[in-house]
Amino acid sequence: MELVGTDNAIPLRVAIVGSGPAAFYAADRLLKQAGLKVEIDMFERFPTPYGLVRTGVAPDHQKIKSVTKKFAEIASNPRFRFYGLVEFGKDIVVSDLREHYHQILYATGAQADKRIGIPGEELKGIHAANEFIGWYNGHPDYRDCQFDLFQERVAIVGMGNVAVDVARILCLTPDELAVTDIASHALGALSQSRIKEVYLLGRRGPAQAAFTNPEIKELGNLADADIFVLPDEAQLDDSSRAALDASDDRVTRQKVEILQGYASRKPAGRTRQLSIRFMVSPVDFLGNTTGQVVAMRLVKNALYQTEAGTLKSKATDRVEELPTDLVFRSVGYRGTPLPEVPFNERWGVILNEKGRVVDPESQQPVVGEYCSGWIKRGPTGVIGTNKLDSVETVNCMLVDLAHGSILRPSEPAGSKAEHLVRKRQPNYFSFADWLRLDAMEVKIGRAQGRPREKFTRVEDMLAALGR
Amino acid sequence: MKIESILATKSLNVITVRPDQSLKDATDLLMEYDIGALIVVDDLGQPVGIISERDIVREAARAETILSQTVDRVMTKDLIIGSPEDDLSAVLQTMIARHFRHLPIVDQERLIGVISIRDVLKVQLDEYKGEVDTLQTQIIEGQD
Repeated sequence: MELVGTDNAIPLRVAIVGSGPAAFYAADRLLKQAGLKVEIDMFERFPTPYGLVRTGVAPDHQKIKSVTKKFAEIASNPRFRFYGLVEFGKDIVVSDLREHYHQILYATGAQADKRIGIPGEELKGIHAANEFIGWYNGHPDYRDCQFDLFQERVAIVGMGNVAVDVARILCLTPDELAVTDIASHALGALSQSRIKEVYLLGRRGPAQAAFTNPEIKELGNLADADIFVLPDEAQLDDSSRAALDASDDRVTRQKVEILQGYASRKPAGRTRQLSIRFMVSPVDFLGNTTGQVVAMRLVKNALYQTEAGTLKSKATDRVEELPTDLVFRSVGYRGTPLPEVPFNERWGVILNEKGRVVDPESQQPVVGEYCSGWIKRGPTGVIGTNKLDSVETVNCMLVDLAHGSILRPSEPAGSKAEHLVRKRQPNYFSFADWLRLDAMEVKIGRAQGRPREKFTRVEDMLAALGR
Repeated sequence: MKIESILATKSLNVITVRPDQSLKDATDLLMEYDIGALIVVDDLGQPVGIISERDIVREAARAETILSQTVDRVMTKDLIIGSPEDDLSAVLQTMIARHFRHLPIVDQERLIGVISIRDVLKVQLDEYKGEVDTLQTQIIEGQD
């Protein structure tokens, strides 16, 4: 058994749960290990791979999605298998994987949204931003969500790139959207949108905003939306100015310059108005008699410095009312616990140490179980950040393999795992099946002048392959 | 990015020492857990100081027989404490400006972790490398 993974022995069998960037980068790292005989089976609950690259990256950011070419190349390795439409916790469970694999890697992401936690959050018209993003990106879970785009005023609470994506999509014209791979149902609804005013709301100032410079720069170049920043909110407070002056942070300096540039812009009379507001926090939502949100009360914030140097917000006594009929919250995300996998409720991630899953009782690593990506560290970084994250986890896997600290499966053959999957999910999608679906999406989309036309229901995907 | 993203992949165990323990005990703990500093806590588990390998070396240069002395004679009592919501970039700036390398993290009056300047730098470096990798992939794979 000590020879697992070497040339003269049985291959190291690894199960990866999830098929987003962290999953593919981990697979790539394992497959590239010189002298390691490894076989990887990747399990995904949808027929389609790539996680948030397919269902999270904005449809008008096609270049970012080009990373899927790299992932498809990884999947073409004969030692890699994809089992799509196989749900962990339902079609297969931990004990199944322990019987068939030496190591299990969870890379399931973090898509559960955090709530703001203020009165009125249950009113109609208030949504999680990730539901809207899933809806316009053709995520099957959000296919049938309803968003009232006949309203005129929408507020987005949060200042990360997710919030910026939502604001931008709401401000794009039908012509701009029509050349993206946005889901058809969303294209139709957004083309009929009557939204005129979009507000992005951040609790801190321009120097603390989490969005990145290319994303905020893009908002200033929209074809039919004027961008507004209040001049007094674009100015840095004394603490922010002092912190920026004391650092060599050119990125933040540039961000502030971009925003101050917006503050001095004259409106060009475009159809939509996109306002970026700083130093404000919603304190409650106000509804009408039908339970529909009609406004939110915002408190103006001031900044104070913590002992460790962070500039945090605190409420002042100045309150204003912002009329709004539609709200998206984007104030953070957390992972969802997986059945029988230790979870750290505090951080919303799998309980782990550098990617080794940790038992909550003994606080020792669980033999043979690992995690990577957002379910390991939380929702931070860009796609490429997951590569380094996965390298750290895979390095732990290799060290443990060298020490013989792996699972001892009773059925370590690939054919046995395939037999199990066929029994539990006869309609599973192989990677070849996905490539057929992919080719169909691209063909239909190209005929319309779009990168692809996504299948957005699992039953449609099955039907497309004659199942 | 916030401190909590570092804490998410760290051990739940915070290695601590009491003020009345000996420097020999402290040195043993530093060796056993292969860490650079210990948080000094009182009987209620509240942080009252920090003692680093550098503190011990500095004291050893002054007096040869220091290991029987107690931790509180050497520890830094002017403790800076962080929270999980602190910004990494701000914390790094503070660590550099005020010349310290370990930051105890307290949440709801409970010591929940310690981060080192190495932790912060690693996360920031990974972030930059990730951005470079993402951009390179877009340039290479984005060519039709």
